Amino acid sequence: MKFVDEYRDPAAARQILAHINELAQGSHYKFMEVCGGHTHTIYKHGIENVLPETVELVHGPGCPVCVIPMGRVDDAIAVAETPGVIFTSFGDMMRVPGGNGNLLEAKARGADVRMVYSPLDALRIAVANPDKQVVFFAVGFETTAPSTAVTVMKAMQKGITNFSLFCNHVTIVPPLKAILDSPDLRLNGFLGPGHVSTVIGNRPYRFVPEKYGLPLVTAGFEPLDILQAILMLLRQIDEGRCEVENQYTRAVPEHGNPKALEILNEVFELRPHFEWRGLGFISQSALKLREKYAPWDAELRFSVPGVRVADPKACQCGEVLKGVIKPWECKVFGTACTPETPIGTCMVSSEGACAAYYNYGRFTKHTTVPVELGRTPQPV
Amino acid sequence: MCLGIPGQIVEIIDPADHRATVDVDGVRREVNVGLVMGDAGGIKVGDWVLIHVGFAMTKIDEEEAASTLDFIKQLGSIYDDEIRDFSAEAPL
Amino acid sequence: MTEGPGDEVPGRTGSGDTQPGLPASPDRSDYSHEDEVLERIEAWRRRRPKLKDEFINSAHGAGGKASAALIDAVFLEAFRNKSLETMADGAVLELPSGERLAFSTDGYVVKPRRFPGGSVGDLAVNGTVNDLAMMGAVPQWISAGFIIEDGFSITELRDLVADMAAAALRAGVQIVTGDTKVVNKGACDGVYITTAGVGVIPAHVRLDAKSVRPGDKVIVSGKIGDHGVAVLIARGDLALEADIPTDSAPLGELVEHLLAAAPNTRFLRDPTRGGVATVLNELAREAEVAVVMQESALPIRNIVNGACEILGIDPLYVANEGKLVAVVPAEETEAALAAMQAHPFGVDAAVIGEIRDDPPGIVLLNTVFGGNRIVDMLVGDPLPRIC
Repeated sequence: MKFVDEYRDPAAARQILAHINELAQGSHYKFMEVCGGHTHTIYKHGIENVLPETVELVHGPGCPVCVIPMGRVDDAIAVAETPGVIFTSFGDMMRVPGGNGNLLEAKARGADVRMVYSPLDALRIAVANPDKQVVFFAVGFETTAPSTAVTVMKAMQKGITNFSLFCNHVTIVPPLKAILDSPDLRLNGFLGPGHVSTVIGNRPYRFVPEKYGLPLVTAGFEPLDILQAILMLLRQIDEGRCEVENQYTRAVPEHGNPKALEILNEVFELRPHFEWRGLGFISQSALKLREKYAPWDAELRFSVPGVRVADPKACQCGEVLKGVIKPWECKVFGTACTPETPIGTCMVSSEGACAAYYNYGRFTKHTTVPVELGRTPQPV
Repeated sequence: MCLGIPGQIVEIIDPADHRATVDVDGVRREVNVGLVMGDAGGIKVGDWVLIHVGFAMTKIDEEEAASTLDFIKQLGSIYDDEIRDFSAEAPL
Repeated sequence: MTEGPGDEVPGRTGSGDTQPGLPASPDRSDYSHEDEVLERIEAWRRRRPKLKDEFINSAHGAGGKASAALIDAVFLEAFRNKSLETMADGAVLELPSGERLAFSTDGYVVKPRRFPGGSVGDLAVNGTVNDLAMMGAVPQWISAGFIIEDGFSITELRDLVADMAAAALRAGVQIVTGDTKVVNKGACDGVYITTAGVGVIPAHVRLDAKSVRPGDKVIVSGKIGDHGVAVLIARGDLALEADIPTDSAPLGELVEHLLAAAPNTRFLRDPTRGGVATVLNELAREAEVAVVMQESALPIRNIVNGACEILGIDPLYVANEGKLVAVVPAEETEAALAAMQAHPFGVDAAVIGEIRDDPPGIVLLNTVFGGNRIVDMLVGDPLPRIC
């Protein structure tokens, strides 16, 4: 695949690693990647195994699926179970448990729950089913919110009234601040969220070096991108610099996507506060539809229980999210808390730190001795 | 929310409605290009875009892509000796 | 990453925060607290899977952990007998004469019923033929039961049955008995087909997961992921267009050729639902070995890979209907590959990994990039993701 395979080249990796190794000697560095997509890439390609022991990656809270509190999932299920509703959702959310099970289980009980790849698919379902109410479970950071916004604008433009949004979009800067403000945090730098940055650009992260004295490098999602970003962080530290840099220049313009930002602003406004699973209430961290688009707001159209469900006491997600403990150090990791029976946010979607480690990272300290393959098939 | 895949625009279906077809290694899907239409040069067949939930989020700047790879290759040429030594000591 | 006393190094910023010393075992310098935790978790995982659900959900049909729990708690528990407990693709039954029969059954409910390259009719025959072939048997006789919804089109029924007849001819089997039931409208979705099959296992054939040894090689007979992606796309909800037909094919003859060239083949299984990853996890568990794969060796069509990338699904978990996974001794690998590559259904056969002794029960993947990760058992159906 073009623009993908070149960034997975192991020979190029070795070159970057040589430099990383040189710069990382004699000290211990902890870099946090905020974005769930980065966590996924890191584990999928086994990047932690090729880094020197002196460079440690801490998996931050950038998984917009994981941070949705159980109470909100219960609300979604309540809407889904309302007669006459077709409830649409991305695949990622289908297995996230609320207080009483997940959307897949609601579907098994008879709710019309359908998985979609795009919010526009949900709109199409609304057009095709005029006698039903179609609700879209909107989740995601600023990467996804503009797409939801365009969809709502289209609904208004085309007069599609049997469509509404259950809005759970969140923004990236507040949790970043929350992490930086925690007293027990020890980090040396950040890998910035590459795709969120295609929308918001690099400037919003300036407070990280300016106020907290930590470098941030916006990184792409292929293994070489991540290694290069780590090298850029190490170089900043080595050269005594502290700034926001962009490794993902092929996709991230410095100022982001003005059109997308304009659309976001047209359709959404910030909620005063929102609960983040594992991080508590954070102010101005989530989006809701503006007054003008209120007719498309599922929370106004349907009555939702709105009950707060707390994570079980055994949950140590807060500590994992801040990098204070590793997933396997959590008392309930792998036993009471597994991907099938998640207790907290870090295990809930495959990019939470604990789920990623459980699904991909266990036993990988075993050296990567290549397999001898023998004869390859003749070209046909 | 991060799964963004590079794909190539192979057809503009309806410029007014912002609909285009994108190709990823032979798999085709309709995407909405409304978020990138304003980019300098607009969107045309042959452009590469980053796709996320059925929308093109940004144009992939092929020059920047090439220069990222060049930078990495340059790392190699400057430090060839040291890399050879390093690889000899610590196999990946 | 191992951390413990001794790993605290004076740093520039904030590295003096490593966990309060968790003592590393003094005898094994590379055995850490992390390894202890992982071993404890493995012991926990090996317990008989518990079924806590009160109601069936789609995860129970996906072929992963939930399916295993259901089968164990509900079916094995009630039907308990030696043949059933081997939990292979089918049962091996010994006749008084000493001859062995392989006996297998499967239900076919795929939607849509027709997809590029085939239909549920093809699957219904090839699927059972292949289960028999994986036991080393020569598939010969098939039964076919139909549960049909009131109002179903007879023309469509004829088409499906024609597909079955053609598939049976291709596979060299006969459909010798069957049954038809009609249920009320809404009581089933169109038509459900169940096939069972019988074949004779030649005397010299001994396939057994427990015969797998470190050093053996793992071969896959061709490119993976085609069927599952073809059906996902054919469903239409994801609005993808791609020329990806199913790979549904009868593997009886391929297996015969393989076993003739590599008579000490240890193990065969077809990676249907749950994909190659599920088969290898089952093997690792049953044989108590480690399976290590080389990602760069996995044969996959570019277009299938592209579809998986867009959807965020891992091709290792996607169903195949015309492929097999074989474990052969190292010294028979060349012969095995040559025999398979010479057959139309094995042209892309490739070694994708090998068996090692450690860590037992685990499947590891050496990534294209040079790192590694485990390939765990599936929880439920692989769902497309956007994250």
